[in-house]
Amino acid sequence: MTEVFGYPLPVILGQLMLGLVNGSFYALLSLGLAIIFGLLGVVNFAHGAFYMLGAYSAWIALNVFGINYWLALLLAPLVVAVIGIIIERLFLRHLYRLDPLYGLLLTFGIALIAEGVLRYEFGASGQSYPVPDALGGTVNLGFMVLPIYRAWVILASLVICFTTWFVIERTRLGATLRAATENARLVQALGINVPVIVMATYGGGVALAAVAGVLSAPVIQVTPLMGSSLVVVVFAVVVIGGMGSILGTIVSGLMLGIIEGFTKVIYPEASNVAVFVIMALVLFWRPAGLFGRE
Amino acid sequence: MRATMLVYAVLVVLALVAPLAGIYPVFVMKLLCFAMFACAFNLLLGFGGILSFGHAAYFGVAGYVTGWLLTVQGWGTLEGIAGGSLAAAILGLAIGLISVRRHGIYLTMITLALGQMVYFFCVEAPFTGGENGLQGVPRGKVLGLVSLQSDLVMYYAVLALFIVVYLFIGRIVHSPYGQVLKAIRENEPRAVSLGYNVNRYKLMAFILSGLLSGTAGALKTVILGFATLSDVGQSTSGEVILMTLLGGTGTFLGPVTGAGVVVTLQEYLSDRVGAWVTVIIGVIFVICVMAFRRGIVGEIQAFYGRRRNG
Repeated sequence: MTEVFGYPLPVILGQLMLGLVNGSFYALLSLGLAIIFGLLGVVNFAHGAFYMLGAYSAWIALNVFGINYWLALLLAPLVVAVIGIIIERLFLRHLYRLDPLYGLLLTFGIALIAEGVLRYEFGASGQSYPVPDALGGTVNLGFMVLPIYRAWVILASLVICFTTWFVIERTRLGATLRAATENARLVQALGINVPVIVMATYGGGVALAAVAGVLSAPVIQVTPLMGSSLVVVVFAVVVIGGMGSILGTIVSGLMLGIIEGFTKVIYPEASNVAVFVIMALVLFWRPAGLFGRE
Repeated sequence: MRATMLVYAVLVVLALVAPLAGIYPVFVMKLLCFAMFACAFNLLLGFGGILSFGHAAYFGVAGYVTGWLLTVQGWGTLEGIAGGSLAAAILGLAIGLISVRRHGIYLTMITLALGQMVYFFCVEAPFTGGENGLQGVPRGKVLGLVSLQSDLVMYYAVLALFIVVYLFIGRIVHSPYGQVLKAIRENEPRAVSLGYNVNRYKLMAFILSGLLSGTAGALKTVILGFATLSDVGQSTSGEVILMTLLGGTGTFLGPVTGAGVVVTLQEYLSDRVGAWVTVIIGVIFVICVMAFRRGIVGEIQAFYGRRRNG
């Protein structure tokens, strides 16, 4: 058997794969977080809760309404986006002129409410969501066995991330969005309805989290607390990447997933804290983050 | 000024007679621990303008260290509490050194991440007992003389320590150091241009706040006789923020009031509503942020301030 640094190659590739899957979720979540922060100036603590709601929407869709995975992949983000927009209209928009800490605390409270309600409904233990038939099984690549669903998660996340990047950086809509980020008043004066853009951005950002939730449902246990531990890692990813650049956010998400995967091979006890250690190191080396400006 | 002294006098008398009036001393002791924790947290948020989202790290780690010193090392109670507090102060130095490299919302995210890292460390570390926690921590004796076994003796010891910490925080805030800290909160670039080494002041705030949060955590372990993972967890970090916010950030009595409300709520609700406690805490957060940003004590002060001026 081929070995690299004394570890069997299939083990390394397997962990690399898992790392990439996690990295895809980090990328999707931190992307949404960065977009929302850019335009609203709100650090969305509820992002993990929206991810969790996405996964539960898919589970409920399947088990209550018999809606299959593919339709859920479309519907769950829509449902979550609507919830997000309602929250933005009711609460968040009143906080834009205040210290950003209030937005963080508000969304933290909303996350607690969402987690508490779902824990009351479903209990703290997990629900499992079956892998859709079309994506079940594995492919033997010769050097490793590749579970098709995992490959699909990585592919789908990459496509969504780069589509989002394209929309923001290369289209007229994205240009308006970026202009509103730079100077909302001026854009408003040009006759563009900025509050609607802000509202839609929040909806879009949390929809990305919901997509990640649906994608993750078949590979992990769906629990009410699945988002609250993830959101902390995603915050660290955002600190490492710096929220200035969309592409930087995506790249750092994927990269950290891979590093975390490798840590699992080399030193499993530290895999939970790998991202945090990297964050501390990056802060000493480049306080503004790898791709950030300050 | 006279009204404030009157409030303090009433509070001290109430605290002194509370166990004699039949209120369960362990409950009041727990309340005092969280009040001390919230006051220490407020030193950073209210007077330094720094929102730490990982404060449970100091509270929980001090609890573990004190528990370990008392059970495994056989230290005296006071020395154990001092040891735990010192460990928390060192942790404050480490976390502060990394965090002060960024500002505002980023700083908050960093403290959150580092707090989570400390949590994972406590799950794995050999001396914390992992998922089971540290059990059977003895209350021991103060300086080898007075046994703390009786709840009543313990209660007055806790009350005395609480008053000492409370006065110490007041001393810090009113010292030249505290004034500079407030100046940094109000206008950091100006403080820099006046020649203050801003990061060093902030770092000191991290250390002091860590130290006193540690005292609170150490005390909790001694009172209840155990230390658990939930004391290091994110929900505890959230609770201390809520206590301070609800009571009034940047006021002296606010964190005490907030701790009183939250601990009482938890005590009465946990048996009756179960999982809804989280929801209720979330709702209080939303209400505080939307309509009540000055907190209970802050609103009262603003009300009397308006009356005096208007």
